[in-house]
Amino acid sequence: MTIWDQILSALRAAVPAAAPLLYGTLGEVTAERSGVVNLGMEGMMLMGAVVAFAVTQATGNVWLALLAAALIGALMGLIHAFATISLRVNQVVAGLALTMIGTGISGIMGKRFIGMPPRVQLKPVPIPILSDIPVIGPILFNHDVLVYIALLMVPLMWFLFYKTRWGVSLRSVGEDPATADAMGVNVFRVRYLAVTFGGLMAGIGGAYLPIVYTPAWIEGMTAGAGWIVIALTIFSMWDPARALLGAYLFGGVRILQYRLQKLGVSPPLLNTLPFVFTILVLLISAGETMRKRLGAPAALMKPYAREER
Amino acid sequence: MNWVSIRLEKRLDTPRWLNAVTPVLSVLAALVFIAVLFYILGVNPLVAYRRIFMGAFGSLYGLSETLTKAIPLILCGAGLAISFRARVYNIGAEGQLLVGAIAATWVALFVPGIPDPLRLPAMFVAGALAGALWALIPGLLKAKLRQDEVLTSLMLVYIASELVNHLVYGPWKGAQEWGFPYTDKFPPSAIIPHLGTTRIHYPTLIIAVLAAILAYYFIQRTRWGFEIRVTGENPEAARYAGMNYLRTVLLVIGISGALAGIAGVGEVAGIHGRLRYPQGISPGYGFTAIIVAWLARLNPLAVLLTGFLISGLLVGGDAIQLALNLPAATVHLFNGVILLFVLSGDLFTRYRVRIEFPARMAPAVAVRPGVEVKE
Repeated sequence: MTIWDQILSALRAAVPAAAPLLYGTLGEVTAERSGVVNLGMEGMMLMGAVVAFAVTQATGNVWLALLAAALIGALMGLIHAFATISLRVNQVVAGLALTMIGTGISGIMGKRFIGMPPRVQLKPVPIPILSDIPVIGPILFNHDVLVYIALLMVPLMWFLFYKTRWGVSLRSVGEDPATADAMGVNVFRVRYLAVTFGGLMAGIGGAYLPIVYTPAWIEGMTAGAGWIVIALTIFSMWDPARALLGAYLFGGVRILQYRLQKLGVSPPLLNTLPFVFTILVLLISAGETMRKRLGAPAALMKPYAREER
Repeated sequence: MNWVSIRLEKRLDTPRWLNAVTPVLSVLAALVFIAVLFYILGVNPLVAYRRIFMGAFGSLYGLSETLTKAIPLILCGAGLAISFRARVYNIGAEGQLLVGAIAATWVALFVPGIPDPLRLPAMFVAGALAGALWALIPGLLKAKLRQDEVLTSLMLVYIASELVNHLVYGPWKGAQEWGFPYTDKFPPSAIIPHLGTTRIHYPTLIIAVLAAILAYYFIQRTRWGFEIRVTGENPEAARYAGMNYLRTVLLVIGISGALAGIAGVGEVAGIHGRLRYPQGISPGYGFTAIIVAWLARLNPLAVLLTGFLISGLLVGGDAIQLALNLPAATVHLFNGVILLFVLSGDLFTRYRVRIEFPARMAPAVAVRPGVEVKE
């Protein structure tokens, strides 16, 4: 392979590597836009992964598996919503608790799947015509359906966020819930929906790992992806378009990791790459936030209570 | 639409008994919930709980193991209690523990010329320093760049864990350890003595108990402790009063990192006598300590009790893993559910819950035109 081929194949490989991160980040961006941090993403992705694998083994139907993963993610999102919005539990610690729960249950559920190949898996579907475009075609248009859906969700969510009433409600609830409430927006409903949706996306992102990407169940297989998602949310400045950029950057880091391993660099040191990179990315965003005076949604991490306005 | 309304009223002050009773009831509720989960997952909960209890507290051996595993939990938990008091969410105690273990191993195996009696003290100092420095990274990023410490401290757990892997698979791999990811055994002068035939490395236990007591006095009785409490409860007020935010953040996160580092020294020098792969050193003590601290309502003295109890859960958890063929991650399930229930239980200490049935209590609402009332 020439160097050009190498680069092409790396660029191509980064796209599916980024897909689970993109699902997760879009979900977390939505939740945080409403003012709720969800640190349970890692646990929700793991639950999505194990449930998807279990349903695949039981039914042989990938779509049912995805549906189940989305539902379990949404259920966990709902629990986080209930704890943080209704019970006003500390968002950081509640999210941590959900990550622990997801790690524990997925470990117990997945024990009998260890070492099994999935009964079916999603195959790449080249898009006619588009996949024939040189360079871009094989990089972008020769993947499985879930990759395409993730890519399509970026403009869709951008439109929803910035061009619709829904988006205005969502953003206003995250910036200034008291005013949004006064304007007739149901703060609690918007937050519940946003956090539940965030969990649903985490479930799908997690499902991608055992039924498409790896494909097999490995205990703790997200290996920190759920945490990277939270860093990417900050990096994205809570903007779906920048979430895409961030996710592919990290997809690239993952591929770089594999390639460097072949060159004989110590695997454990390479495993630190995504995390070192995360800290760097957070530093860059910190600088940028300060310079542009942009920042997190103003009401992030603040529970809302009507009578305490 | 609202036939029942649940309102939360902020309590002006919390009765003492409620502060004590709520965590207990929360944990009981959590255990019932886990029992249901176990049942759904095909594990007989009664058998599981009996084995957990007997495994942890049912024999002298079990009790000694519980006390042994309480050591790192108390050390990490006391530090985290201080840190969380200032609302500095150091989630990375696990990583700070691991770098403490690395530093102790370095002193034990690779630093020549230390007289035997000073070897262990030097290891403890090195471990505490390493843990504190590792914790100061997220501390500085938070205080200087307003960077969220939760993520950075957690990323550093992954990095510390891979560093341990790198060392035990690579440069520090022991000459006599065929294929195992271990370093060589520590020399006798670098091993912490045990109590009789148990694994209780009592010098570390003494340090842990002293640390919890000192932490309590520090936070309740000293000026800096006062500043920490004010910073946590009302950061605005702390700033107006001229309190030094940077110093407070670095102080609390540095203390929690140092204590976690000491816990790491205890594990390698008191239990294993060598550095091993990270899960072999700690099954997540640094994370479990978050629950220990929270259960203790961030009171370092209460950490002594909660650390012991949660340690019992760990020891009992090991027993059921073997007996019922459950993975090591089961511990996380317990941790997470208990944490969630304890947090939710806190609601009752902070708020008074009022449940009202407006449709029945206030018929006036029902006759108002345009308002639909459902029973």
